[in-house]
Amino acid sequence: MTPVLGVEREPMKTISEARETLLTTFSDDWGSDIAALKGVPWGKAMMWVFLLSDTFIFTCFLVGYMSVRMSTVEPWPNPSEVFALHAFGASVPLLLIAIMTFVLISSSGTMAMAVNMGYQRRKEAATNLILVTALLGATFVGMQAFEWSKLILDEGVRPWTNPFGAPQFGAVFFMVTGFHGLHVSAGVIYLLTIAFRIRRGKYDESNFEIVEITGLYWHFVDLVWVFIFALFYLW
Amino acid sequence: MTIKEPGQQHPIRVYLIVWGLLFLVSALSYSTDFIDRGLWRWTLILLFMVLKAGFIVAVFMHMRWERFVLISVVLTPPVLLLVLVGLMTIESDYTRSTRIEHFGEAVHDEALPVSVREIAN
Repeated sequence: MTPVLGVEREPMKTISEARETLLTTFSDDWGSDIAALKGVPWGKAMMWVFLLSDTFIFTCFLVGYMSVRMSTVEPWPNPSEVFALHAFGASVPLLLIAIMTFVLISSSGTMAMAVNMGYQRRKEAATNLILVTALLGATFVGMQAFEWSKLILDEGVRPWTNPFGAPQFGAVFFMVTGFHGLHVSAGVIYLLTIAFRIRRGKYDESNFEIVEITGLYWHFVDLVWVFIFALFYLW
Repeated sequence: MTIKEPGQQHPIRVYLIVWGLLFLVSALSYSTDFIDRGLWRWTLILLFMVLKAGFIVAVFMHMRWERFVLISVVLTPPVLLLVLVGLMTIESDYTRSTRIEHFGEAVHDEALPVSVREIAN
């Protein structure tokens, strides 16, 4: 073995051997539990890289939305009227959306608490807080399903047309909120999986940084909603 | 796996304060819906949006306690995306002006880009 750049590698011989070496070094490096960023567990670094790529996807959606809204010559539907709900004997603008915002912020808070409990090795409290977070997430998706069915069935909003104005409104609405809702749904499954695994004792040997990694994903979902709420619903 | 040094551990009080602040800023953010569309409304929407995003990333996602290299890795690329936003603003303005030129006038005259208003007059 000859050390190359401080790494010991077998000399490559035949093509099939070379291919095998390539694949095994790849998988070995990928799974070798090395912290690439000092003081940052590799799992956390990977989650950040994933969230960064997700940021680019959501930015594409939001920039696409900006482009169609700026370039259309038809008036853009007024979201505060489209998403108004009749309550307290009056039409309250964006009522459901506001409630959804508070539900998601609450879930971010319980998630932050869960991370804290995890590092204190209070498994029971951490698991329960993760379950509360998942429940709030599921509530959010439920309210979104209500909003979607109201818009599709009662108002007749479609990706290609709607009764309020510029037809692009429907396409943007379904793509942006749909993709976000998908993230929340996946997050609920993720949270339930982690809660189940903590209860089963899978992470007892670690310092429960898994809760923080899961929390990063969940806070990101809340973060995206902040931008959707401001740029799509309020603008 | 071995037990490493404790990770991101901070007093619960910090989280509770930020949680409360997020509720407050969300309420303020919602209240902008009662302001007429214009510079004021758009400024406040963006201000509250950035505040909320900042609280979530800095405290809930522990970014303010991370090492500078991770902060750079995560925050630099999204900032560069503002270039894309700028480019698409120019592009959309142009698309809109050609649409008006070829398919007739817009419903809201005051919403037209300056260049098109000059052509129309």
